[in-house]
Formats: sequence, C-alpha cells, structure tokens
Amino acid sequence: MKNILVIAEHDHATLKTATLNTVSAAQSIGGEIHILVAGNNCAGAAAASARIPGIAKVLQADAGHYAHHLAEDLAVLIAGLAKDYSHVLAPATTFGKNLMPRVAALLDVTQLSDIVGVESTDTFVRPIYAGSLLATVQCSAPIKVITVRSTAFAAAASEGGTAPVETVPAAAPLGVARFARQELTQSERPELTAARIVVSGGRGMGSGEGFKLLEDIADQLGAAVGASRAAVDAGFAPNDYQIGQTGKIIAPELYIAAGISGAIQHLAGMKDSKIIVAINKDEEAPIFQIADYGIVGDLFKVLPELFAELDKLPPA
Amino acid sequence: MKILVTVKRVADYNVKVYPKADGSDVEIANVKMSMNPFDEIAVEEAVRLKESGNATEIIAASIGVSQCQEVLRTALAMGADRAILVETGAAPEPLAVAKLLKALVEREQPDLVILGKQAIDGDCNQTGQMLAALLGWGQGAFASKLTLGEQETEVTREIDGGLETLILKLPAVVTADLRLNEPRYVKLPNIIKAKKKLLTTLSPGDLDTVLAAQLTTLKVAEPPKREAGIKVADAAELVAKLRNDVKVI
Repeated sequence: MKNILVIAEHDHATLKTATLNTVSAAQSIGGEIHILVAGNNCAGAAAASARIPGIAKVLQADAGHYAHHLAEDLAVLIAGLAKDYSHVLAPATTFGKNLMPRVAALLDVTQLSDIVGVESTDTFVRPIYAGSLLATVQCSAPIKVITVRSTAFAAAASEGGTAPVETVPAAAPLGVARFARQELTQSERPELTAARIVVSGGRGMGSGEGFKLLEDIADQLGAAVGASRAAVDAGFAPNDYQIGQTGKIIAPELYIAAGISGAIQHLAGMKDSKIIVAINKDEEAPIFQIADYGIVGDLFKVLPELFAELDKLPPA
Repeated sequence: MKILVTVKRVADYNVKVYPKADGSDVEIANVKMSMNPFDEIAVEEAVRLKESGNATEIIAASIGVSQCQEVLRTALAMGADRAILVETGAAPEPLAVAKLLKALVEREQPDLVILGKQAIDGDCNQTGQMLAALLGWGQGAFASKLTLGEQETEVTREIDGGLETLILKLPAVVTADLRLNEPRYVKLPNIIKAKKKLLTTLSPGDLDTVLAAQLTTLKVAEPPKREAGIKVADAAELVAKLRNDVKVI
C-alpha cells in the first residue's frame, strides 16, 4: 500500500487542532503518514507537524500565493503530490470542504465527505440526511480523497515526534482568484469546535440581548457560545455561532441548549455531545428526547437562577 | 451576462427518511420531494441579479430522473428564463454531475454558475468546487454576499470563525450559503407562466459524457439512539447533578 497524505490546516505559525483529529483518522486507515503544510512563512506549522508522534515526513510548500489558503492554488499543488499516495485527508472544516472536492476533480476521482468511521482502507462511514442516517460506502478510486469529521476521531498527540521536514516546490499560481479581506469574530472565549463546554441559544432567546444571559453563564464556565440556525436567522447571534447541518459540528463534554426546540438539522450538529442539558418552556420539545437533563421552564427565569447557582459553586 | 443555476430534487426538508428494510440504501419511494433549499437560494440570487440589471438570461439546470422537471418548473416560476434537464438514472456522484455541468457550461457559455453549497440528502458539499476545478475557474464557495462587476465578482464567504472576501475573475463558480438571501414565495400567476417556458431534455450522451461510479453504498443504517434522560426541577438540582453525578463542571 502507498502512503497517506494529510493536509494540515494551520495559520502558518501553528496547527489547527482539526489537523490532529485528521491524523488520527489516517492512523486508523494504517500506513505511513506524511503531512503537507502549504503556506507563507509556515515553518512554525511545519515544525509543529513534525512533532506529532508517528509522522514519517512533513512536506513544506512555502509561497506568497499560499498565504490565504486559496483552494484554486492549493488544489494544483496537492493534486501534483497526490499521485504518490493512496489516501489524501483533510479536516472537514470550511478549509477542507472548500479545497478537497477541487483536489479530487483535478485527479478525476470521487471524494468522500465528512467521514466518521474507517472500516478498511477503502470503506468508510459517513453521515447523510443531516446525520439522521449513516452510510457505509466503499470507494474504488485509485486515490481516496477524504474529509474527516474531527469530532469522530480523538486528536492525535501533538508532542514527541521528530519527523524530517522536506521542502517541496510550490506550483504556479492559477491567477483566477485573489484574497481581498477577512473579518474574524473577535472573542475571548474558546473556539466552538474546541470548547469543552458550549452554551447555546435558540429562537426562544427572543433577542440578541437574551444572548447576554448565555454569555454570562459561558464566562462562568469557560465555555463557548453557540446558536441554532433559527437564532442566527432571527439575527440574535452571528452566523459563525451556528451549530447544525449547515453550521459547525461539535461534540463537547457539556452542551447546554436554551430555548432550542431541537430540529433535526440542529441535532445533527451536537447530538454526539457527552452530556446534553435542555432548558425549554415547551415540555414536548424534541430536544428533551436526547437531553440527559432537562428543565421545563421559562429560560428568562431559569438562566439567571443557573447563573446564581454557578456563582455559589466552590471551585471543583 | 448569462447565469447558469443548478437545482437538485431531494427529499423535502421536513421529511424524516429511513433506511430500506434490507439496509441497502435510503428509502425515498413515496417520500415528498422538493427543490434542495440551498438551490432555492442560488436561483433567488440569479433572479435578483437579473432584476437589478446585472444579468440578461438565467438558465436553470437539473441532473437526475425525469421528475426533476418539477423542480425546474419551480425555478422557472421563481424567474429563470429557460431550463435544461439532463436525464440520468439513479443519482450520479458529484464528480459525474460536475462533468455533465461542465459540458453544459461549454454549450451555454455562461459568465457565472451559481449552485447550492450542498444538497441536504447526501450532504456532500462537492459539486460546485469540482465544477470550478474542471473548468479551471475561480470558486466562491459558501457565499453570503455576491457583488458582480464586468470582469470580476466579489464574493464574501462563510468560513470557520468569520467571513472572507475573495475577488474572482469571471467566468466563475459560486455556491450559495444560507445567508446569501431569503428565497421568495412563488406566486400562482408565475407558476402558470412557468408552464409555457422552454424546458429542454438532454441525455448524458448528448453531452458526450460517460458517467462512471466510484462509490458503492454497502449499508445505510440509523445511528445509535440517544436515550432521553431525566427532568430536573430547577437550576440548583441541575448544577448539583452536573457537579456531583457526571462531574462536567
């Protein structure tokens, strides 16, 4: 069998955690694992990749036109390298989802999105219909191009390895797209996909001000704040808070859902959380069918009480 | 400026689907089918570009079984000028769809192709990016804002952590995310008018495209069910359970 290439997601200096989950998926396929770090002045991210235990080799492609991870330019580079590999994996983040279908099409192979399980070197499990069904799919393509759902694979260790870093030449820029600007949500709270605890609000929050209650509780718990699509559509919360089929997929240790009814599209994004708490005034809300602990009540009464109770709590 | 917009016929957003009794695939016989919601957003965007004088013609395309004509008629009722169905058997894989669309692009020469970012059945999120790759065009995937110029288009994209804006040379491919717009309700007179609009049916052979499948579905099953837990009386009891029983806070 040929080797596996993992495409690192990084900010040039450091690796994004989803890369470690992707390495873990590569390990469950089995074989020699290489990591590609393509960026601009990305020696930091390449060095971090080399420290992951069990990596055979890190490939570093450094060029100005990789500064913003444009799929158009990265896909040409990756398709060129991919011919030496049996599998090419990337995280199923907006980075990987944007890039990997482009890589697959250049290689004239199919692509597998968002895998949650590895059955063998050519057979994978992936969610369909917003995660209400799981499909086991066998892929006959000579190169398997795959995106990995990070919540389904534990993060690989990040320290202890000493893989060599090899420089690979950049491919010529395609020249069809250029970066203009980026507006990232500034927050002191942990990133949604990496947070241990997530406090999330739905349409029941009633307003953007209602979210202030959630933010206070999130800060007490060191949690991230999330939202249902309904809350985002209503303008209560920014879109990058969105959890569900069309937003982020998360699996924290504790998920607190306030004023979220539990549409299947939302459950798709959080049902693998370890402990789920639901606060909703509607006793019949579907969210209670999957919640470990439920409080039926007015969240404008329950949330301040929860804040007060957490405030009283001695440090663990 | 000519726009090609794509629509897929999928199980309706509100329908719960089940595996077939033998677990071989998804049971979609007798399930209510509708236009993929992201494709509605794509059609709406194309129609708005025409209404604002930025586009002159909108062609709606669908790939699949003969009944896909229904979703094409919806696109025509929303404001597309004409429609093309590439009739195939069972659902082709995204790469095959992208190849058929590439052939349609070569035939119709649009300046912009707008697709939904993903279909809510397979949740693949691939076709637009694949089409852009096959054409060597720029891609604005997961678009929440689109501004069309003469030679270029500015696309704001939903990315993890915020927004990113790219400038793409035209022609280009754009895939629609939820916040791009809110699709209109189709009015009855427009549904009647849509019946008179041109709908052409082609075969993959007409487009000189051979469809090869690389994926075999071995099994479709429901994920393990999560058991409902207990109701607690108030915040104090909840905090006690979280602290002492499951030790997550």
